[in-house]
Amino acid sequence: MSTRLAFDRELHILQQDILRMGSLVEQAVYKAVESLLKRDPVLAKEVMTGDDAIDALRWEIENRCVRLIATQQPIARDLRTIVTGLKIILNLERMGDHAVDIARAAMCVCRHLPPEPMETIPRMARLAQQMLKDGLDAYVYDDVNKARAMCLTDDEVDELFNKTFSALIEYMEKHPDTIGCVVYLVLIARYLERIADRATNVGEDIIYLVTGEWQELN
Amino acid sequence: MEGKILVEGLNLHYRDFHALKDVNIVVPPQKITALIGPSGCGKTTFLRVLNRLNDLIEGVRIEGKVLLDGQDIYSQDCDVVTLRKRVGMVFQRPNPFPMSVYDNVAYGPRIHGVRSKRKLDEIVEASLRGAALWEEVRDRLFRSALGLSGGQQQRLCIARLLAVEPEVVLMDEPTSALDPISTLKIEELLRDLKQKYTIIIVTHNMQQAARVSDVTAFFLNGELVEYGATDAIFTKPRDKRTEDYITGRFG
Repeated sequence: MSTRLAFDRELHILQQDILRMGSLVEQAVYKAVESLLKRDPVLAKEVMTGDDAIDALRWEIENRCVRLIATQQPIARDLRTIVTGLKIILNLERMGDHAVDIARAAMCVCRHLPPEPMETIPRMARLAQQMLKDGLDAYVYDDVNKARAMCLTDDEVDELFNKTFSALIEYMEKHPDTIGCVVYLVLIARYLERIADRATNVGEDIIYLVTGEWQELN
Repeated sequence: MEGKILVEGLNLHYRDFHALKDVNIVVPPQKITALIGPSGCGKTTFLRVLNRLNDLIEGVRIEGKVLLDGQDIYSQDCDVVTLRKRVGMVFQRPNPFPMSVYDNVAYGPRIHGVRSKRKLDEIVEASLRGAALWEEVRDRLFRSALGLSGGQQQRLCIARLLAVEPEVVLMDEPTSALDPISTLKIEELLRDLKQKYTIIIVTHNMQQAARVSDVTAFFLNGELVEYGATDAIFTKPRDKRTEDYITGRFG
């Protein structure tokens, strides 16, 4: 039986809050991409206003971590849990910001979109969302293998980004009059690629949490 | 690891009680080694093995090898008085003699035959400086040591030890009776002392072990469970029992 029930309870709340934040970010990324595909400004707006809740949760969790360090003097696994928590929420918060970036850019993209990138961008989005979900699962279950596997998905996202990027450049060269709005698709692809990178960082954090070793995944 | 002290296959029984079980350890020179573990785990017993303080207890049986600079301290030809001069000890509660500050520090050198007043003055000042106490007591050297604060008394005990020029300093919870400021002063002092001495400290305070020591040994039920670099033990202990103990999930 644990002799630190109150502390264990706090750590449990910390984990729950991080998952809560993770699911808010998951939703934000999903809605941002949907707002692009469906050309839905209301959805895009929701992503922008919803970011405040993600930021607020980030500060709440950060304060909890600082308070636990100050009052509980965590060491070993406890310390890694809190340090990892601080890093994960920073990555999540950034992913939330990128969701807002995507929603904002989506509102600037013109009606007639080039066909090929409009296939690869949703695929990138699905992979990035899957990585975020895998990261949160790995966090809940201490699943180092799942965390490591995330880097393979990240390679896929990178490949898709390069493909999308070239296709968009080519399209803009052929249709210079569309540059003003197609360039936003370049940005969106880039934001999705960054979200996948941030998710990979979460994977690295989880490997440290479980093993105590830092391992670069991408 | 090069060792100042090398312990091999150490077993210690108090009559029927098996207090230390096959302990093997290499204590590095000029480093601080922390011994941690719950009460009754054998860490103080182990400390007392190192300057043969357990010899004074009836019914103690010791097997195995304890080498100080390669010499077996339990061999027939080891002189216990010389051993205890080389391996000194500071206890949990400060225990100054009921005499002046000066005489406390000069006590050891006098016993070991130093007679010259000038030489004694030198030793007393150097030892008090070494224990970071000189500035606080230089004006009251000839007044009773019992008038000093607890933290000062403990540093006086350290000065008394330094006066006989030991090589190894054993400390059994040296700050457990002190306030936080005095505790930090002693910890700061330990960091200075390790330039010259090999220090082994028993502590119940995890944060203290983490703050001051270079290597940490975790004992449980007379067994040495884990032994290694302090920063590794406190960030990623290898043994589940160590993790449970240091994070307070024990029992």
